[in-house]
Amino acid sequence: MTELTALTLTDAVEGLRTKRFSAEEITRAHLEAMEGARTLNAFTVETPDRALEMARASDARIARGEGGPLEGAPLGVKDLFSTEGVETTAGSRILQGFKPPYESTVTANLWRDGAVMLGKLNMDEFAMGSSNETSAWGPVANPWRSRGSNASLTPGGSSGGSASAVAADLCLGATASDTGGSIRQPAAFTGTVGIKPTYGRCSRWGMVAFASSLDQAGPITRSVSDAALMLRSMSGHDPKDSTSLPVETPDFTQFVGRDVRGLRVGVPREYRVDGMPAEIEQLWEQGVAWLRDAGCEIVEVSLPHTRYALPAYYIVAPAEASSNLARYDGMRFGYRAGGGTLTEVYENTRAEGFGDEVKRRILIGTYVLSAGFYDAYYLRALKVRRRIADDFDRAWETCDALLTPSTPTAAFALGDKDADPVTMYLNDVFTVPANLAGLPGISVPAGLDANGLPLGLQLVGRALDEGTLFSLAGALEQAAAFRAKPERWWS
Amino acid sequence: MAVDAETVRRVARLARIAEPEARLDPLAREISGILGWIEQLNEVDVEGVEPMATAVHATQPLREDVVADGGDPARVLGNAPRSDDGFFVVPKVVE
Amino acid sequence: MTDTLIQGRTGPWEIVLGLEVHAQVASRAKLFSGAAVGFGAGPNAQVSTVDAGFPGMLPVLNRFCVEQAVKTGLGLNAQIHRTSRFDRKNYFYPDLPQGYQISQLYHPIVGEGALEVERDDGSTFTVGIERLHLEQDAGKSIHDMDPHSTYVDLNRSGTALMEIVSRPDMRSAEDAAAYVRTLRTLLRALGTCDGDMEKGNLRADVNVSVRRPGEGLGTRCEIKNVNSFRFIMQAIEYEARRQVEILEDGGKITQETRLFDPGRGETRSMRSKEEAHDYRYFPDPDLLPLVLEEAWIEEIRASLPELPAARRRRFAEQYGLTAYDAGVLTAEDERAAYFERAAGGRNAKLVANWTVNDLLGRLSAEDRGIAESPIPPETLGELVGLIEEGTISSKIAKTVFEKLWAGEGSAREVVEREGLVQVSDTGALEAAVDKLIAANPDKAEAVKSKPQAIGWFVGQVMKETGGKANPAVVNALLRARLGID
Repeated sequence: MTELTALTLTDAVEGLRTKRFSAEEITRAHLEAMEGARTLNAFTVETPDRALEMARASDARIARGEGGPLEGAPLGVKDLFSTEGVETTAGSRILQGFKPPYESTVTANLWRDGAVMLGKLNMDEFAMGSSNETSAWGPVANPWRSRGSNASLTPGGSSGGSASAVAADLCLGATASDTGGSIRQPAAFTGTVGIKPTYGRCSRWGMVAFASSLDQAGPITRSVSDAALMLRSMSGHDPKDSTSLPVETPDFTQFVGRDVRGLRVGVPREYRVDGMPAEIEQLWEQGVAWLRDAGCEIVEVSLPHTRYALPAYYIVAPAEASSNLARYDGMRFGYRAGGGTLTEVYENTRAEGFGDEVKRRILIGTYVLSAGFYDAYYLRALKVRRRIADDFDRAWETCDALLTPSTPTAAFALGDKDADPVTMYLNDVFTVPANLAGLPGISVPAGLDANGLPLGLQLVGRALDEGTLFSLAGALEQAAAFRAKPERWWS
Repeated sequence: MAVDAETVRRVARLARIAEPEARLDPLAREISGILGWIEQLNEVDVEGVEPMATAVHATQPLREDVVADGGDPARVLGNAPRSDDGFFVVPKVVE
Repeated sequence: MTDTLIQGRTGPWEIVLGLEVHAQVASRAKLFSGAAVGFGAGPNAQVSTVDAGFPGMLPVLNRFCVEQAVKTGLGLNAQIHRTSRFDRKNYFYPDLPQGYQISQLYHPIVGEGALEVERDDGSTFTVGIERLHLEQDAGKSIHDMDPHSTYVDLNRSGTALMEIVSRPDMRSAEDAAAYVRTLRTLLRALGTCDGDMEKGNLRADVNVSVRRPGEGLGTRCEIKNVNSFRFIMQAIEYEARRQVEILEDGGKITQETRLFDPGRGETRSMRSKEEAHDYRYFPDPDLLPLVLEEAWIEEIRASLPELPAARRRRFAEQYGLTAYDAGVLTAEDERAAYFERAAGGRNAKLVANWTVNDLLGRLSAEDRGIAESPIPPETLGELVGLIEEGTISSKIAKTVFEKLWAGEGSAREVVEREGLVQVSDTGALEAAVDKLIAANPDKAEAVKSKPQAIGWFVGQVMKETGGKANPAVVNALLRARLGID
């Protein structure tokens, strides 16, 4: 049965279509794997009954010669996506027991295309975190461990459950979301592929909001082709989301394996940050060499405002979050605490329902929007955001995509970066600029560090040009030939 | 800009989050730290720059004036901590 | 308008008034969701998960509501902003499910305009319009269903409102009421808001301050949600007097939000809302800038009906009506249409008299609108026609009107059936006059020295003929027979 869970999504879909195995078989294999991997704490809710029901329906469609592009493929769903009748908490106690009466557009698209839901995946609370430690349901463990160590490592965040489950072969792919790097950083930490598409490519309808102008859904998978396949199903214009782009979804899978000769790849000099480990630096140079060998033209570019992306992000995201999370007040759904007066009930509900990081960001967001500070903080951050986006626009005059490391380090130990929030925030230094500018970014596993932990390279492209990213990511994947798998210590 | 305990108290009140007295000073230090780090934004020349609230270049789409939702109180009341007779029931509001 | 000053103990004070009128857009669905808008539905029966602020729910703007805002802006001769934006106004309240109201603070859809307001006496004044913006209404909290809890109905939540903000251009309670009345008439004529104040579909926040004539603006208080003309005037009068008393006692006015208590006829401070407000407005990241195509604005402009002010002027000029009658007849579209149908080819002033005094008077006594009039406009016109041609007297017309009200047929049918045709036949009347003089020789003698006594003879002839005699003809005959000049 392990064979079935080790397949790529692309191969599994092909095996299902050609009836080499049934959807029920591959679903059962995954349900078993999930059961054996509970110590990873990747799933918050397992939905075996629904999974088997969906799998049997897929088998019936396949038998009739019907079936969508993901027919019968068992997937995991980040708990940020509303799933009708299935508890959706976004990793927060304040949403404990909440069962949405609706299905998010992204997951509905996956089910439309035949995918099977295995369950909901753990995450940082409201997607605020880079280590999965802010989840109300406990941290997720990375299937990867440092060579010769039993210490539990973070799978990254906020889509830590998604990355861990995909890396541990608990699902063929998983939905994830990325506000400042929450797809790409965990993908890099777990040796998986993660793409954050152009802002507006995937509908945000039914996805619990963190920072509306930055949040974007995307897949975490085990190959670039898988990412292309899954993103194609997740994408599409949604009239229910005003920020959803009214554009056609290309067949992203067609771009993987395309010739990349002549593509110009920019290397932004400002991404050489202080204190970056030599291994990361070397990996980056290796990535440049691989793409050069594949026929790309390498150009050095400058993104002078990129160093301001993180501080700008830490104003914009908390500001939006402080308002987005106001609806969690204990009045209509979710957790309600006790209290003598209405104000006490509000304050206790939110004090007890939210974790420390979420509260910290709400306070910062509230502060930067409050009277007297709006111009100095929020408005200034939006102007810096424009500067950052303008930098990218200038870069596109001389290159077609950018190559950078995905993260400044490999996976770190759980509890390692608790002390200082800013140290934790620095994890997102390479990923945040693409969110601010709304650009697509993909992380591809590129090698292992000295401890045997995976490292990723990131490609950032023009808006709506995921195609070029998939071609370049395919070239990197081929050159890197990353085959390593974590040791199966959890079962 | 340094944030003091009193400011944290005011902001927590605005955000409707109960913060115990003992947490105000540590939070003030944490938030001051973060805001201090954020202040590097003051180095950027933003003279004449149009604020960027969204990465989308399109304009607001419009929906037709058609009733296509609602009509099902149970759907919106189903998750309520308390409801009665079709209403959400919340702690007494003192006008 | 010096007569609007308040005389205090220490001298005169001027009231300065500005209004924020909230007009509910007459749409089927809500501003950002597909739930129905309406009155009288069961609790939470018109609520979508968007209106209830559920996780992951997103707003999409209603085209019709945008169109109504533009239309209203054009009706106010205001600047239509080609680009506007939506902002969030953040505060916590159980009937505000999202924890914020989507509104337009920084870039409203409509900018500066003006409204010409006519008083009852026909004089006019202009109120500057500062802006009009679109925003969501909140739900309803019900405090008296349970001693320990508040019940929340979100049916209103998310309903589209146009907030129309005036300049502080009014100086008396009457003028403020006249402004709201004129604005309401305009909205109804445009069809953008039904103006139903009882249902809360039109309500006003009144900003009141007082000052010594000629001095700068005083500190203002805002009276929230006043929903009738009478209450607007009462609230202003109470509030202005309250402020004058404080100032004359050497006190200071605190800028605050106050509530009008119709039962006591006074305003009081809304203590629960006094806690420092900091709404933390910022652009709603779930929505994009609203950009209006010039062609769409022009299309809306071309679709505008004749507006009340223009119609009022036209009625006065074309039909020669008094300012009062023109105002009353143009206050509602239906009234104006009724009048114009009735007045076709008739003596318009007479039709106006009958419409305003008899028909509207009677309708209002029965609390009915003109659309429910049992007398169709053509019939009222016919009635006036009969008066004009001398077929019936005005007095008989009153009787005919009653029968028309009872639905007894057309005016002419009633007059003929009931034999109410005025007798102008000189021959028939001569006989009656001669008979009367012959029967009353002493009175006939007396009237020669006291001509005003002729009225008795006229009355007798009218009585004799059952009121159908043409009084003018009778009068002339009597004068000739009795030898009075």
